[in-house]
Amino acid sequence: MFDIHAGYVVIISGALTALLRFIPFIAFRKKRPEFILYLGRVLPYSVMTMLVVYCLKGVNLLKYPNGLPEFIAGISVILLHSWRRNTLLSITLGTIFYMVLVQFVF
Amino acid sequence: MMKNSFFQAFRDTLPVMAGYIVLGIGFGILLSTKGYNFVWAFAMCLAIYSGTMQYMAIELFSDPSLINTAITAVMSGARHLFYGISMVERYKNIKGLKKFYLIYALTDETYSLVSATEQINPDYCFWVSLLDHSYWITGSVLGAVLGEFLPFDSRGIDFSLTSLFLIICTEQWLNSENHTPALIGFSASLICLLIFGAENFLVPSMALITISLFMVRGKGKNV
Repeated sequence: MFDIHAGYVVIISGALTALLRFIPFIAFRKKRPEFILYLGRVLPYSVMTMLVVYCLKGVNLLKYPNGLPEFIAGISVILLHSWRRNTLLSITLGTIFYMVLVQFVF
Repeated sequence: MMKNSFFQAFRDTLPVMAGYIVLGIGFGILLSTKGYNFVWAFAMCLAIYSGTMQYMAIELFSDPSLINTAITAVMSGARHLFYGISMVERYKNIKGLKKFYLIYALTDETYSLVSATEQINPDYCFWVSLLDHSYWITGSVLGAVLGEFLPFDSRGIDFSLTSLFLIICTEQWLNSENHTPALIGFSASLICLLIFGAENFLVPSMALITISLFMVRGKGKNV
């Protein structure tokens, strides 16, 4: 039988997600006040560090391994990338390194 | 030009491909274990297209309150307001269906790539959006079809998305003189994570970031 309740969940969450994505474009369709231009310039920087925290929000610092794999792999990615500036290299090595850490080391 | 944009977009989205296919497979598997097949996976990738929300929707299937669905959708989706605010000027000259798709498909990862440049190439943004979306659909449908069969231990592979964001932060840091916005984003969300916990920290973080950005506005060098 078709699960109508699940259908409603998909429609409601989909509509609201789309609405949140469209609101700024609709609200500032014609005029873009100076504070929006300012936020447009600075927000990408703030959002990206917020997304890093968002990705790592599930890490429990009080329980073994105390966020060590994330910390070690994260620092390695930053250092490797500052050195070589090669996105694919940094992501590939960083991810493999993290997988080794969580699967074999910790 | 169109072709160049495609190859550039393809190269830049390779990390997203790794992350989305794996996370998508995880989503598809979870969905199929709850008794919803690949048609549901496909429909959700079109109707919702937000990894976080799709994972939470599975939980909400067994919650009789649709109000809870609405609250969860607004709380977890509120960060898209930020993406829109920062893209509204960059996307201003794009029109019609293309613009509609670019806005609808503005996920965390797509945003991280299209917001990286001040000068917008509409074709590039379109390919990034479409490629990311196709990776997500591929992973989700694959996961729902394959069920629990996975050829290797993929534990930890979702770190590719964390790496992607870290690398963009590093690039931004090395390419800019004013590090205040980055530091505000990091410290505000860390503080809110500690105060409000992992489930509820995004909305307070966004409020604190916005307030802080206005407090430092006009001080020091502009970005």
